[in-house]
Amino acid sequence: MTEVTGAGTGPLDAAATSDGTALDASLDATTLGELRQIAARYPQGRSGLLPMLHLVQSAQGRITPAGIEACADVLGLSPAEVSGVATFYTMYKRRSVGDYHVGVCTNTLCAVMGGDEIFATLQDHLGIGNDETTDDGRISLEHVECNAACDYAPVVMVNWEFVDDQTPESAVRLVDDLRSGAEVHSTRGPRICTWREAERVLAGFPDDRADEGPGAGTASLAGLRVARERGWEAPRSDTDARRTDEHADSSEQAAVAADEQADTGRAETETKIEEGKE
Amino acid sequence: MTAIPPLTPVLTDNWDDERSWTLASYEARGGYDALDTAFAMTPDEVITAVKDAGLRGRGGAGFPTGMKWGFIPQDNPNPKYLVVNADESEPGTCKDVPLMMASPHTLVEGVILAAYAIRAHHAFIYVRGEVLHVVRRLQRAVQEAYLAGHLGVDIHGSGYDLDLVVHAGAGAYICGEETALLDSLEGRRGQPRLRPPFPAVAGLYASPTVINNVESIASVPAIIRNGAAWFASLGTEKSKGFVIYSLSGHVTRPGQYEAPLGITLRQLLELAGGVRAGHRLKFWTPGGSSTPILTDEHLDVPLDYESVGAAGSMLGTRALQIFDETVSVVRCVLRWTEFYKHESCGKCTPCREGTWWLVQTLARIDAGEGQPGDVEKLLDLCDNILGRSFCALGDGATSPITSAIKYFGEEFEAGMHTPSRELFPPAASTAYAQEVGV
Repeated sequence: MTEVTGAGTGPLDAAATSDGTALDASLDATTLGELRQIAARYPQGRSGLLPMLHLVQSAQGRITPAGIEACADVLGLSPAEVSGVATFYTMYKRRSVGDYHVGVCTNTLCAVMGGDEIFATLQDHLGIGNDETTDDGRISLEHVECNAACDYAPVVMVNWEFVDDQTPESAVRLVDDLRSGAEVHSTRGPRICTWREAERVLAGFPDDRADEGPGAGTASLAGLRVARERGWEAPRSDTDARRTDEHADSSEQAAVAADEQADTGRAETETKIEEGKE
Repeated sequence: MTAIPPLTPVLTDNWDDERSWTLASYEARGGYDALDTAFAMTPDEVITAVKDAGLRGRGGAGFPTGMKWGFIPQDNPNPKYLVVNADESEPGTCKDVPLMMASPHTLVEGVILAAYAIRAHHAFIYVRGEVLHVVRRLQRAVQEAYLAGHLGVDIHGSGYDLDLVVHAGAGAYICGEETALLDSLEGRRGQPRLRPPFPAVAGLYASPTVINNVESIASVPAIIRNGAAWFASLGTEKSKGFVIYSLSGHVTRPGQYEAPLGITLRQLLELAGGVRAGHRLKFWTPGGSSTPILTDEHLDVPLDYESVGAAGSMLGTRALQIFDETVSVVRCVLRWTEFYKHESCGKCTPCREGTWWLVQTLARIDAGEGQPGDVEKLLDLCDNILGRSFCALGDGATSPITSAIKYFGEEFEAGMHTPSRELFPPAASTAYAQEVGV
């Protein structure tokens, strides 16, 4: 990790210096080029700002004043406009986080299932509070909101990879392993990379590790397993029948061909229902 | 026609395939064949097929998907855009993330079909940033689809061009609200927009835009492939098709269960091995924390849009969070409310200030230090937030509170003198409670 140095002004700097991190250096030419690449992915460059800020975090370890300036330069915005965006989103950090950013879900369901105890245990074990980093810079801790893995509760995220079905004991082992440099795998994904490496993927620069880990965890397959055991399937369609000859003799086709249907019901559904529910 | 079984895997059917996330695996099942079917149709015919199928939005509101597509003014000279809402963040909701992890190509194929229908040449998948491996799988799927000629210029020789960008968000529940998502995708703070104009007329870059949930879009390939009538043969009269139900919490086998709309919680619990051993159902959410809670009185409510509405809640995202009798409803409601307070974008006063007051009052009750009139104060605050907020976040914040007071008012009254953790020791509720002998 490169140590960041430099100077700047504004609210981001106060946070930057309070934890002892040196002020930031300007971004290197490669990173500046990549920021422009991100902006060029979109019909309007400003759409690239969120991924660009992810890239700043990957390059500099946090949202730095220099990173804000660079984004503003590329997009033709004022630094204040970029700052206003960066401060809105919780994934953007104004202080350096650890190599491994540990997020314990303490939204209601995970909290009830053990997340509250896990979070308290980790705070105690690591000797840090919410949104703080261990002195060795290895682990930072944060309580996070629902991360869409409720069927694996209680859930811990490490650098935004799933570590499912945790207990206070397993979570302590997890952070100890991470701290010691042992190779740690997500329970449903790849070997866990560093936070900076993760931020680069979120900026839209793939790390070629999509094939690691399973397609689905146990809970994701729970219903499918029941269906397989009992021989339950969705009704077969004419298309299925054509594709699979051995099933084509069924006289009970569930569906009528799509082209027979294309003209029905067209008129009555046009604009009756008022838009705007969603 | 044979009887339709209780579970009907369609979206989830390939999740246990070897390397299910790869193009090779997806194509081996006929993946991307629906593109040729669609390209042989006019875009309007594709819209009609989705209308006839009766597909309704799977992101919570249940608005008819084909109708939404039909609202795009094709005479508008601006480009048309398709945006997939993959910002799955509603507490309890956990269906889109496993879908994109296991079968990202189902979504990509759906994007191509939907974009063709609305005549968009640019599409975006706005995925929350906090799911790194899902982002990887989406990036790879899009890359594979480009290389295979399913995306890019002159797709399958049809003359139709489409570019698809995977866009990672940065942590903000509000960006699941479709107009806040658009502001975020434009590189701004994610705050909701005043409507009208609706996104169909002035969405991304003030151009006609369709925003659909992941599961809605992922359902389209099956409709085009198998026909509207096939899809409509599943589900109920007004809630057609199959959906993913997500069971979580105090249930023996939590997870994803794909079934025709209209299955009941009683049936789903049976398939999932029931409430965890030795315990009984106390309360549950039908579709995430923004849908009013229900109780064991509602086990036989068909889980479709109309029936759950008639029972006083909303189908939402079918995020069935199950809580047993060990759980304090006050503790849960406080935690949900803290979430809404944290995620309130600050744009409108009822939500920004109201959620703050709600947390203060609930925290007192949770600590056993409630004051006379606190329950009435909560209801009064909710009354001043519901329907008076800028977007649905504020409305949603009131749902757990008013419904919990309705069904479990005595627990709030107990909060005048006894902390919730004494009435309901948290240790008994944990997933590992039995292992440690609690």
